[in-house]
Amino acid sequence: MSPDLLKFIFGRLGFESLPLHEPIVVGTFAVVALGGAALLGGLTYFRLWGYLWREWFTTVDHKRIGIMYMILGIVMLLRGFADALMMRGQQMLAFGGSEGYLNAHHYDQVFTAHGVIMIFFVAMPLVTGLMNYVVPLQIGARDVSFPFLNNFSFWMTVGGAVLVMASLFIGEFARTGWLAYPPLSNIGYSPDVGVDYYIWALQVAGVGTTLSGINLICTIVKLRCPGMTMMKMPVFTWTSLCTNVLIVASFPVLTVVLALLSLDRYVGTNFFTNDFGGSPMMYVNLIWIWGHPEVYILVLPAFGIFSEVTSTFSGKRLFGYTSMVYATVVITILSYLVWLHHFFTMGSGASVNSFFGITTMIISIPTGAKMFNWLFTMYRGRIRYELPMMWTIAFMLTFVIGGMTGVLLAVPPADFVLHNSLFLIAHFHNVIIGGVVFGAFAGISYWFPKAFGFKLDPFWGKMSFWFWVTGFYLAFMPLYVLGLMGVTRRLRVFDDPSLQIWFVIAAIGAFLVLLGILSMLMQFAVSFLRREQLKDVTGDPWDARTLEWATSSPPPDYNFAFTPVVHDNDAWWDMKRRGYQRPLTGFKPIHMPSSTGTGIILAGLATAMGFGLIWYMWWLAALSFAGLLVVGIGHTFNYHRDFDIPAEDVIRTEDARTKLLAGAK
Amino acid sequence: MSRLKILALLPLAAALSGCDYVVLAPAGDIAAQQRDLVIISTVLMLLIVVPVMALTVLFAWRYRQSNTEARYEPEWDHSTALELVIWSAPLLIIVCLGALTWMGTHLLDPYRTLGRIHADRAVDQSKAPLEVDVVALDWKWLFIYPDYGIATVNELAAPVDRPINFRITASSVMNSFYIPALAGQIYAMPGMETKLHAVVNHAGSYKGFSANYSGAGFSGMHFNFRGLDDKGFDAWIASAKSAGGALGRAEYLQLEKPSQNEPVRRWGTVDADLYRLILNMCVETGKMCQSEMMAIDAKGGNGHEGLNNTLPLTYDKYARRGAPLGPEPAFVAGTCTPDAPQGQTTASIKAPIDIAPLTGAGLKRPTFAPLKSSSFFLGLRPKSDS
Repeated sequence: MSPDLLKFIFGRLGFESLPLHEPIVVGTFAVVALGGAALLGGLTYFRLWGYLWREWFTTVDHKRIGIMYMILGIVMLLRGFADALMMRGQQMLAFGGSEGYLNAHHYDQVFTAHGVIMIFFVAMPLVTGLMNYVVPLQIGARDVSFPFLNNFSFWMTVGGAVLVMASLFIGEFARTGWLAYPPLSNIGYSPDVGVDYYIWALQVAGVGTTLSGINLICTIVKLRCPGMTMMKMPVFTWTSLCTNVLIVASFPVLTVVLALLSLDRYVGTNFFTNDFGGSPMMYVNLIWIWGHPEVYILVLPAFGIFSEVTSTFSGKRLFGYTSMVYATVVITILSYLVWLHHFFTMGSGASVNSFFGITTMIISIPTGAKMFNWLFTMYRGRIRYELPMMWTIAFMLTFVIGGMTGVLLAVPPADFVLHNSLFLIAHFHNVIIGGVVFGAFAGISYWFPKAFGFKLDPFWGKMSFWFWVTGFYLAFMPLYVLGLMGVTRRLRVFDDPSLQIWFVIAAIGAFLVLLGILSMLMQFAVSFLRREQLKDVTGDPWDARTLEWATSSPPPDYNFAFTPVVHDNDAWWDMKRRGYQRPLTGFKPIHMPSSTGTGIILAGLATAMGFGLIWYMWWLAALSFAGLLVVGIGHTFNYHRDFDIPAEDVIRTEDARTKLLAGAK
Repeated sequence: MSRLKILALLPLAAALSGCDYVVLAPAGDIAAQQRDLVIISTVLMLLIVVPVMALTVLFAWRYRQSNTEARYEPEWDHSTALELVIWSAPLLIIVCLGALTWMGTHLLDPYRTLGRIHADRAVDQSKAPLEVDVVALDWKWLFIYPDYGIATVNELAAPVDRPINFRITASSVMNSFYIPALAGQIYAMPGMETKLHAVVNHAGSYKGFSANYSGAGFSGMHFNFRGLDDKGFDAWIASAKSAGGALGRAEYLQLEKPSQNEPVRRWGTVDADLYRLILNMCVETGKMCQSEMMAIDAKGGNGHEGLNNTLPLTYDKYARRGAPLGPEPAFVAGTCTPDAPQGQTTASIKAPIDIAPLTGAGLKRPTFAPLKSSSFFLGLRPKSDS
């Protein structure tokens, strides 16, 4: 074939794009390929494809979509954490003239991918998954407002993750740091596909995130059950509402800034170039106007989880519900007024720096109030130390340290000496692991029995807890110390041998975290095997307080046979106290949305389009874009969007539950 | 087992190994004041953080389920007095910290000229401050001493107790200029200038580096900062002078090319205009300086004639590969720039838009061939310049 034709078909993709010269990547590929082949083979052998397609891939049920988000988050956690281990290994070894085992080309991709994956494809799916699963149940709804959109959003997030994973084996990922500052990320200095992978992975996933934000806002605003006024919503629902407002208000900024960067890269505009009046600092401003709210997008739902957990396991009403809600709203608003604290050192004037420093500090006031509210929820309670509560205590002790170092970094002169240092790395891992990750784990162990009908095994859960907590402290406290020695981030090799010991300790910490992750996987496996002993038939294993515990575990497709009526902000607690009786008769058909394959097809096409644009396969991009339009418009002619669950099915389901409950007594 | 014991000793060993907490024990007055702010802020916050942590542990222990002695009030969920305390306690701390921040940020603004050289010594107004122009290159630091006419790579020296005024820029991507012992960092950005005012109080040799990732050679992008007494500094200048060599535009364009782990280099003379040209991205002949473009734009541009006359402004845009959707449309060749008002070209400089600087000359790259569409672009370039 002529080279022109080859170039037309494959764009810039060729054999040399496969990283065959990187033995680590080749080895990883072999493992992934073998594992993937085994998985696909197993699915085929057990004839699970039909089941997966019908019951999971095409489902519009918010509960299943929520579970799929969690699985995505945990799978990507393994990838992101592998990157973390590689970095810790490299920084531990690269002393005294040693180059370590990663060259710059590989190492720079590793730290970029680590950041991107952990934020966009671990933390975001975990948080979105929990919100998706829990929010409709907490507000007594049957599903989200736009069930098809929910399915589509999920698959778009997967599409982004697929592109990031593809970059590992086809071509390369960005070598720019996770925010891809120009000029480094612009075409002159990053001419390869790495930054294009970055752009299109985030653009595809970003569509999903934005739409899921809109969906959840509508759900919370419109679908609350009778009696649930705004000030009777559970705190997790409140924090979810605020998070989704932040998503809807900030993700478009990310979409635009990445679109401008792609225009610079693809068609030669000059938004962020050095020459022709472009301004790289404009990019830095815009990306942080998204980036700082993003931090709160992640941590607010975690705050909500801790509120639910503290109140449930203290057997006590949440202290200061109203101030908790106002604190959340204040954080939501203030999170838009602080973005510049990420670049005090780029030469803004002293008044500008002070303004943003002080607004940043002000956020610590509502956050501090929340901390006290949890404290006084525990005060005069009866605290049961189940796993979710253990994560909460670990969070409270860890997060205040992270908060304190965060406020310290908000003092501009202090930031001048600590910006971009390992002190900063320690700080944001301290709040993201101590806040978001611990929160997600508390949420997983708290709501797992709701989702699957059996509790998680406590032994492996506690193993995981202790490995994670000690591992975290060992891995990140040395980084605070190194930051005070003036050690900066993203370094690949070091000269000063006296630093090595701290990196060794950090690597040991990372290894303990690895054991924590493995224990967690073990916990899932063991719990599944012991599901009969760990079974919960009541639907309310923790003696909890909010509506999701009023229905069975796992909840039926329709969540509630009758929409509950709420009189108190601890609705289920209130119902239990008043001697609520489950209705046993009078069931009616229930109107529900139908499954559809359109979401996964659209997301597949969007991913193909992204791939085409990354490799300059213009025909593929154009074709997939046309396909997107055709399938999207075609779907509007799909009139099989809903169905009624017949009353008999509802009666059968509810009778089965009545029997189970009677058996449990 | 013995291995485990060794692991247990690691933290102790680390503490004893005499680490250099340079941020906490700097050698310059600015960094010392920044250190003070770090410590004061931390102490202020500990006022609230320590009680919170203590209360967490206390409540977690006291109100555990098995302790039936403790009071249990499941319906108690509000107390106006407590709410007032939990909102106002952090507020008070932040009011103090905010005042401190406002003052500290203004007093320690890197753009602010120094008023003192040490806690108890004002600046000696009779002595002029040391001017140093800093350029972050891929991946080394160029220091130009305009008053002495010398330049160095990866070595900076300054006399003790004499204020230093840095003007900072970069050649290609963002870096951050940071000498922890001297003063806080500030970004070095292409086409832009940042400033830093600092002073070193103790003689010695300190580390300086880039604190913002800038590409493959980033790890090796560090230099020595030497605080010298006046005599030592004069000797250092003299030795640089005697090193000979001249850093002109042609030499700079060679130097600008990416290289890693550069040794110290010195030039006895330096083109007096070089820093201005670097800042305005017009070291190459035939390039229009940014300042001139801005001056033209400020007067309303050049009308229709100016529209496609972009070649003299192209700095690094398509240097490597061109835009995938085709090259820029057209160029007017042969403009005269202020460098060569009579249309002469500086014959000695053969530095067209060379793709080598940006591919990382001499560096191991992945075996990854980009499209060669840049040849389109190069094909269109007028030859008269180079």
